[in-house]
Amino acid sequence: MSNITDTMSADHHRCDDIFSEAEALISKGDWEQGGPKYKEFQEAMEKHFAMEEEVLFPTFEQRTGQTMGPTQVMRMEHSQMRQLFAEMAESVEQRDQEKYLGQSETLLMVMQQHNAKEEQILYHMADQVLSGEVSEVLERMEAV
Amino acid sequence: MQVNRSSLSLDQAPPISVPFRFFLTAPVFGLLAALLLLIYGPEALSTRWAPATLALTHLITLGFLGLIMCGAMMQMLPVLAGSPVPSVEWVTAVVHLLLSIGVLALAAGFLLGANALLHLALAALGGGFLVFIAAVAIALKRIQAPNATINGMRLAVLALFITVMLGLTVGAGFSGMISLGLLIPLTDVHLGWGLLGWVGLLVISVAYQVVPMFQLTPEYPARLTRLLAWALFGALMIWAPLYLAWGSGGLPRLAPDVWMLAPAAAYGLFAGVTLWLQQNRRRRVSDITLLFWRTGMVAIAVCLLIWLWGLIPAEAYRPAWPLLLGVWLLFGMAVSVVNGMLYKIVPFLAWFHLQSRQVALMSMGKVKVPNMKELIPDRLAQRQLYAHLATLILLTLAVFWPGFLARIAGLSLGVSCILLLLNMLQATRRYRQVNQELSEFAASR
Ligand code: HEM
Repeated sequence: MSNITDTMSADHHRCDDIFSEAEALISKGDWEQGGPKYKEFQEAMEKHFAMEEEVLFPTFEQRTGQTMGPTQVMRMEHSQMRQLFAEMAESVEQRDQEKYLGQSETLLMVMQQHNAKEEQILYHMADQVLSGEVSEVLERMEAV
Repeated sequence: MQVNRSSLSLDQAPPISVPFRFFLTAPVFGLLAALLLLIYGPEALSTRWAPATLALTHLITLGFLGLIMCGAMMQMLPVLAGSPVPSVEWVTAVVHLLLSIGVLALAAGFLLGANALLHLALAALGGGFLVFIAAVAIALKRIQAPNATINGMRLAVLALFITVMLGLTVGAGFSGMISLGLLIPLTDVHLGWGLLGWVGLLVISVAYQVVPMFQLTPEYPARLTRLLAWALFGALMIWAPLYLAWGSGGLPRLAPDVWMLAPAAAYGLFAGVTLWLQQNRRRRVSDITLLFWRTGMVAIAVCLLIWLWGLIPAEAYRPAWPLLLGVWLLFGMAVSVVNGMLYKIVPFLAWFHLQSRQVALMSMGKVKVPNMKELIPDRLAQRQLYAHLATLILLTLAVFWPGFLARIAGLSLGVSCILLLLNMLQATRRYRQVNQELSEFAASR
């Protein structure tokens, strides 16, 4: 996994798995395990976002000179998802199953479309633009 | 490096009224089809050539499926591929109006045997589809790095064009405008391109995107997505002349029938792979759209069995055979998938437009945006799924016992369409309410 596309796509995959475990637990009414699972999911996503927002996007923007381009759209979608995280955390707090499942359905749609754009376009662009320094950038991302 | 910025943009989605206009009209045409079945009863299920049957078929293929598929494509192209349909609002108004008039005139023309109505239908449908195809073709052509979905959509639209041309031709022959020697085989070629081309290819292309996305399934195998749509399109290109050669006495029936094994097997493969992917999904909770999709894929397998049954020469001449195949192709495969998609597209779009406006107004915490399941509760969607499944079973039985069951199947179809319409209206009403609240918030600042 020496490039951005593979590394970050695998991380999406990992987050998806935690997402569906949390959803399955909560749909069975198991808040004891479902609550912490949700928390684990949110933390995994926040870590993923941080790797992008603190390292990948700024470096990409520096090399391409574009700050209003695709990275900006990705940031907007992150904030869209963060709003849903906040709502989902509240539902976990209140143990409101119906609300949670509606929110997780909505999140899944946003998250999957977002991931597809990153995996099919942005990461490939990043791998090309950052060709010489990919492994150094990946190291900095890991360190976030 | 050429940076394709547009394909990452979110705000290229057309106004919500573009797709919703199609989605809200379609169930009404489904309801008209149900009324037809209620009124004409067994007559509509006695032979495929009955006027009521032809009217019913087109209320479903054009009124229900056609409208939803056109609306969804105009919505999806900018979002999936960053390539908006040019002048989308104008195109929407014209296409929606012409197709609606055309479907009504076609159905009425068939029923009343009124050639003037049929001619009106040909003009309206021809015009409406040509505007749609031209607009969508421009958007599809602009896409620089097409993926399997876009390639499939291109072929689907080409198949629609062929279907429409053949439809206009058989329509002109049927209404005596031109004299046509091969009316029956041409009709079969028309419906082959319509169902196995336009509808089937669009279902396949969309599946590549949404099946993995909705349920976190593995991706479709790359070799399949690269080849399947081309193979199907090519197979139809060869089947059509073989079939017409049989129709004009130049070839034995066996030739097109044996050739048809190829597309039949390809569809079987697609259904099998899709069911397998869904079986191996990572998302564990089930949902309504998944159940609709599974119904559609199982229906493809049922269609294959019915089709094989029809290869036994004596059976193919029973009027029940083509009707049964029609029921499972239209209601089993196409309506199931298209109907199921609405339960994702409609609540998501409503949420998406409201949420974007909320962010633009910075009104988080002041106005609450309902989530997808608050826009259409699962319970209501599920009720309609049951009505749809009941309709499918009743229609199947009604093919064999039309006297007894045709009207009951019509009633069931009516219930299913009314429930679908109510669910769409429910989402629209919630959308309007919250949109109004957002406007009030904006005004109060
Ligand atoms: C401009 C649009 C269309 C026109 C004018 C049209 C016209 C016709 C006509 C006149 C017939 C009957 C011919 C006869 O009795 O010999 C027919 C049959 C049929 N068409 Fe269309 N059509 C159109 C679009 C479509 C589309 C888009 C589909 C499918 C997606 C479709 C599916 C069918 C089917 C399944 C039949 C056979 C019906 C039966 O056997 O009862 N048509 N069409």
